[in-house]
Amino acid sequence: MSQVAGGIFTSHVPGIGNAIARGLQKDPYWKPFFDGFDPVHEWLAKEKPDVAVVFYNDHGLNFFLDKMPTFAIGAAAEYRHEDEGWGLAFQRPFAGHPELSWHIIEQVVASEFDPVTCQSMLVDHAVAVPYELCWPGTEEFPVKLVPIAINTVQHPLPSPKRCFDLGRAVGRALKSWKGSEKIVVFGTGGLSHQLEGKRAGFINKEYDHFCLDNIGPNPEALLRHDSLEIVELAGSQGVEILNWLAARGALTGDVVELASNYHVPISNTAAATVLFENREFLPASA
Amino acid sequence: MNAGHAESGKRQIFGTEPFDGDLAMRGYALNAMCYSFNTKDNRDAFVADEEGYMAKFNLTDEQKAAVRGRDVLAMLDAGGNVYYLAKLAGILGLNVQDLGALQTGMTLDAFKAALLSHGETTRRAAA
Repeated sequence: MSQVAGGIFTSHVPGIGNAIARGLQKDPYWKPFFDGFDPVHEWLAKEKPDVAVVFYNDHGLNFFLDKMPTFAIGAAAEYRHEDEGWGLAFQRPFAGHPELSWHIIEQVVASEFDPVTCQSMLVDHAVAVPYELCWPGTEEFPVKLVPIAINTVQHPLPSPKRCFDLGRAVGRALKSWKGSEKIVVFGTGGLSHQLEGKRAGFINKEYDHFCLDNIGPNPEALLRHDSLEIVELAGSQGVEILNWLAARGALTGDVVELASNYHVPISNTAAATVLFENREFLPASA
Repeated sequence: MNAGHAESGKRQIFGTEPFDGDLAMRGYALNAMCYSFNTKDNRDAFVADEEGYMAKFNLTDEQKAAVRGRDVLAMLDAGGNVYYLAKLAGILGLNVQDLGALQTGMTLDAFKAALLSHGETTRRAAA
């Protein structure tokens, strides 16, 4: 029987990818962010998950505005990152898990979600940067990927509740999967940041701390704001917290925070990395 | 009507225009051109002949003027989406912090200092 071992929630700023490419992990500007991955590396070494289900948003690599899915689930045997316009392409391929992808698709459609399904799909920095952070180096990635893209680019965005409920449906699908894999769930993006307009550079630490304090024990607290209210509170890119909400929804057990790192700023972003363990509820009788 | 909503019925957020259907329609040609910059050959073609490249993508006069003037706020007004404009910015040698400075009217150093003024590192670990 499969097991959802935990969740890794992290910022995915392209600048992190550039810092990795330039070997700046120990640079004083970057070190406080990269150091937040020490407990993640220890946990991954101990748990050795087989599969990563990644909730993220595409920023114009795979999807253009001609066809913009609200939710899209990858079902490819392999995914790749490519040049997003600034010449950096991570070389390691991402092995897929099409059987699990189709199981998730079947289950979430049975739960009345209507995702786009993608048998061929590029994944952008929102997948590649978290992978590079978790498994640095040049070895083949040790996990198979199921990417789930959420539209956080073009309004109207899905509501926070809808994203959380999608995550719940994915969590149920993972629980009903007959395989023996150990699974880790990712939510990428955030926290507060805004790239465009006269409010560029906007940071809201109060809202960030509200998210960090509640996403584990009380994620429903984040559902009280609608997506545009989150844009106001977190910045127009801070709304990527929707990916975190979906990932949190997929952790259906007893969720315990193992580590959290909040560091401001990297590039224009209030960055965060959180590691959760997902413990199965204790049964009432043997 | 709520104070936070203009006559359009849209939510008003200072210095922020959520990229919605209106902007998506207005900006389609500009964003399509920027999307093409994922490919290096296309970036090189733009650098070699900006006017010809903009014409090929049928940019509006407003969009062309904004690109010629390297005017980021005007590109946004013309429907540009920042994720796509970031690809154009890369060609122009600008990163997101340069863009932030240009849009807020600050120097790059002042923009970076404003971000650093929020400086904080908070770590928690389970016992």
